[in-house]
Amino acid sequence: MLLKSLLLVAAAGIGLVLVTTAMSDTDRDHARSVERGRYLVTAMGCNDCHTPLKLGPNGPEPDMTRMLSGHPAEMALPPAPGLPEGPWNTVAAGTLTAWNGPWGTSFTANLTPDPETGIGRWKEADFAATVRTGRHLGRGRNLLPPMPYQNVAALTDADLHDVFTYLQSIPAIANRVPQPLPPARQ
Amino acid sequence: MRPFEWTRLAAALLVLCGTLGVPAWIVLAAGSGSAGAQAPRELRETGLYADPSTQRIASDVLAFRPQYPLWTDGARKRRWIRLPAGSSIDASDPDAWRFPVGTQLWKEFAYERRVETRYMQLGGDGRWVYATYVWSPDGRSASLAPQRGLRGACQSTSGAPHDIPSELDCRACHQGTPSEVLGFSALQLSSARTSREPGDNAAELQLDDFVARGWIRDLPREFRERAPQIAARSERERAVLGYLHGNCASCHNARGPLAELGLDLEFSLARGSSAVRTSVGVESRFQLAELERSERIVPGAPHASVLFRRISSRDPLLQMPALGTHVVDTAAVELVSQWIEQDLAPARLADTHSSHQRQR
Repeated sequence: MLLKSLLLVAAAGIGLVLVTTAMSDTDRDHARSVERGRYLVTAMGCNDCHTPLKLGPNGPEPDMTRMLSGHPAEMALPPAPGLPEGPWNTVAAGTLTAWNGPWGTSFTANLTPDPETGIGRWKEADFAATVRTGRHLGRGRNLLPPMPYQNVAALTDADLHDVFTYLQSIPAIANRVPQPLPPARQ
Repeated sequence: MRPFEWTRLAAALLVLCGTLGVPAWIVLAAGSGSAGAQAPRELRETGLYADPSTQRIASDVLAFRPQYPLWTDGARKRRWIRLPAGSSIDASDPDAWRFPVGTQLWKEFAYERRVETRYMQLGGDGRWVYATYVWSPDGRSASLAPQRGLRGACQSTSGAPHDIPSELDCRACHQGTPSEVLGFSALQLSSARTSREPGDNAAELQLDDFVARGWIRDLPREFRERAPQIAARSERERAVLGYLHGNCASCHNARGPLAELGLDLEFSLARGSSAVRTSVGVESRFQLAELERSERIVPGAPHASVLFRRISSRDPLLQMPALGTHVVDTAAVELVSQWIEQDLAPARLADTHSSHQRQR
């Protein structure tokens, strides 16, 4: 009887160790993925346009309270200034989240996992399809300048997985970015 | 089998293929079991033609025409299918046919002249190969287009550019539904037709013809006994639901990658239509600039309806479909306008609703 009890306890212990180890591996993989995603997002400059700049004591600096949440919805913009014919054909708001050029006016997207206004409901396949094709969800309208999706499309599937995993791990920020405007409605 | 024997077998196959006039790559791909297929460099090598010099279609390649075709800026289209000898399509799920390995489909696009022929082939690994062949101006040959496509490869009849799609463009539409084949289905081939595309001819076979030839098996009895048709309150509504099915539902359905949007314009022979339920009075994510709240369809008001506005536009930020067209399908837009204005007018909808309530 004692032997049977000991065997049961030992089996339970081994099972617990196996489950814990497996969970730890999953957690470690996730943490590794988040960390590499953070590295890629930082090195590729995603924050340059998807995190609004604010003017601080040292000049423009990213407003990390709005990290990767795109163009601030409450920031009402007047019509973009008209530029004379010539090579200067693009202007940007001081936040670097709103851009105007021959394509119209584009606003940088909310990449945080907010389900209503960000990419919280996106699956990894949606994200990959968007950056691989340069089309919204791989099927909709084209992504607009200055989004350098061709650079992101050059990432491996494993890198894209890490970028997406990282983006899903950051704080969700509710911010409904405006729709782009065609040139006629600037 | 020793290497020498492999070499002898391959040589024998090539000689046999040459004798029978069958493209060798088809035989070798079919024999490779799980191997994926690759598109050949020239259209003539796909086996579409019995005689490439006269472009006579091969006898085991059959023509068909879907009743709700995709609008491509007024292009004239011809379509063909070939199944490997002795194989058939499993039609037991009327909304998701399963095609045998080796199935080939072609679709030819022409304006003033032939422009391109798109091609699909199901490989042994279960993956479809997508390719398109661009016709030479003299119409004598068609060569494989670059994988990235060709923007503005030529002009359509109205002078707008015609783009040769990239492989990703092909996959964007075709991989939105389980079977990936869009125009060859029970509904699309049905003999109960409301086709808007001119040019039907006897050589283009319909559902019954393919069943009779043994190309389609296990089609549910109800569709063998009565040609499948979209259930609708009027012929106009049937035509509209068919148009939305043929032009929008490859993306906007409840089974594919965009299901989360909750806009289902697919007509399912098993489930019917959810187009009205998922669009009429439903708030749109895409908001029209001049409205506080935009809805996909506002009954009685086409110009306040996002769906109508987007199919009426070719502004790249607004247009639907988002790819594959530069010219508005004015006849379809007029049809949808009348449907929203008259069939979906609030009074009509209220009648339908109260009648539905009474039935319950």
